[in-house]
Amino acid sequence: MRFDLTLIQNWIGNGARVLDLGCGDGTLLAALRDNKQVDGLGVEIDANDITHCIARGINVIEQDLNASLENFRSASFDAVVMTLALQALRYPHRVLDEMLRIGREGIVTFPNFGHWRARGYLVGRGRMPVSKFLPYTWYDTPNIHFCTVRDFEALCAEKNIRIINRAMIGGNDSQNALAQAWPNLFAVTAVYHIGR
Amino acid sequence: MSQQLPENPLGRTHSVGIVTPQTQHFSAPVVLASGRELRDFDIVYETYGELNRERSNAVLICHALSGHHHAAGYHSADDKKPGWWDDYIGPGKPIDTRHFFVVSLNNIGGCHGSTGPTSIDPETGKPWGPDFPGLRCRDWVRTQHGLMLALGIPHWAAIIGGSLGAMQAMRWTLEYPDLVRHCVVIASAMKLSAQNIAFNEIARQAITADPNFHAGRYIELGVIPAQGLALARMVGHITYLSAAGMMEKFGRDLRVGDFDLGNDNLVEFQVQSYLRYQGDAFSKAFDANTYILMTHALDYFDLARQYDDDPVRAFEQAQSKFLVISFSSDWRFSPARSREIANALIAAKRTVSYVEIDSPHGHDAFLVPDARYEAVFTAYMQKIRAELN
Repeated sequence: MRFDLTLIQNWIGNGARVLDLGCGDGTLLAALRDNKQVDGLGVEIDANDITHCIARGINVIEQDLNASLENFRSASFDAVVMTLALQALRYPHRVLDEMLRIGREGIVTFPNFGHWRARGYLVGRGRMPVSKFLPYTWYDTPNIHFCTVRDFEALCAEKNIRIINRAMIGGNDSQNALAQAWPNLFAVTAVYHIGR
Repeated sequence: MSQQLPENPLGRTHSVGIVTPQTQHFSAPVVLASGRELRDFDIVYETYGELNRERSNAVLICHALSGHHHAAGYHSADDKKPGWWDDYIGPGKPIDTRHFFVVSLNNIGGCHGSTGPTSIDPETGKPWGPDFPGLRCRDWVRTQHGLMLALGIPHWAAIIGGSLGAMQAMRWTLEYPDLVRHCVVIASAMKLSAQNIAFNEIARQAITADPNFHAGRYIELGVIPAQGLALARMVGHITYLSAAGMMEKFGRDLRVGDFDLGNDNLVEFQVQSYLRYQGDAFSKAFDANTYILMTHALDYFDLARQYDDDPVRAFEQAQSKFLVISFSSDWRFSPARSREIANALIAAKRTVSYVEIDSPHGHDAFLVPDARYEAVFTAYMQKIRAELN
């Protein structure tokens, strides 16, 4: 399982009711169900992912995160999770607000655009970074709102979002320590546990 | 199964083969939602597949407005067409009869063998006609429950329906919460809109305005209000299709005539002839009083009425798991209506998945083959199968 998903599991209590925004094929919710007896619900828009969810018994709602989330009642979930989708949203800040309205806590992961490779690419080549992890060209990409670790924390401060916990994932295992020490430069993926 | 079968029009998957309808007689009276009593009645039904030893694999199919018990297979080797949901019921199909015991019935008030307006009223010795008691969706659910007991089925692994059929399936989960493990709600709504009711009213007016209707006593006079029934069906049929779907299927193609200058010949579009054919065929096969009765039941249905008009409170009664499916071009029961169902279920903290299938086929899409619809439906049914104990 993706490392960020393993980290997330540790922050979710046994038997919690969890909403996963952009749940993909249901990998995280299936792990949470099997390991933490979580009562999960996914939100997804990709047809194949939705079928995969249903095939593995993960409950899923076909819905666009860029449309409204107001059909989910306030404080109706223990936690709302969104992995690697923040950068693809039309209004990321509004969705963060919605996550903390719907859930008591939120867990967000996103690719850190401040990573030294991205910076090096931009400085060295003068072009928008393309990497194995972020393979899209600037003109044809689902990712329309990149941010850095520092950007995200500034947004949280501005919105009075409390950072309960954070974890940083480096390019490989040996770089995780570097990522913890200097997140904005060495984290490939940032994992935030947030609340109000 | 060994008999030579007519070719499945799709030629893709297998058929349940030749099936024979059965009749279950109920001699105990049932008090209907209207307060009136039906002293005894028959329910005609078909079954496909085998009930397993644990009796845990039974699936109930609830039919829609003009449906009946013949959902899959053929009645004889000469049948041109299989049952109305043959694309979805059979070996290797989403409702896989190799694993499920499928029960499909004709609701009371129907005109395909179950007790209804064309049956004889024992008090008068004449056909019930317009005097057949008015029915609500819950009356069907109650009598379906009677059939379940008669067949020795302890609970349903799933109750599945499209449109009005899904209203029965949802009602089941509120009336008999512990007897329904899964509920599949396809192209439905928790209540009709004013526009839906308006279309039904046009249909009823078309029937009652037919000179052959005779206040519903036409059977005794040996006539049928065929024109009115055909017109009712034509109106209904238009609401089952989408504008884009009709354009794709018929365009402005002509069946007769042309638009050459200098002549005044008759011009007929393909869509005209299609609608007339549908109307004619229906008027020969369906009873007008049943149509009036069924459309009334559809109009009256309001899932949450008895729960302070709160669908969340209503669904809090349910114990089953839900799959809700809608179709993008369905304007009779639009995706928004299905999202209301899904949202009420989420708010009631029930287990639910919601899928919106992209289809040009309007409301009728629930009957039409579609790769994604089949994939989702199959995945869900396989999950149910894996849970059977």
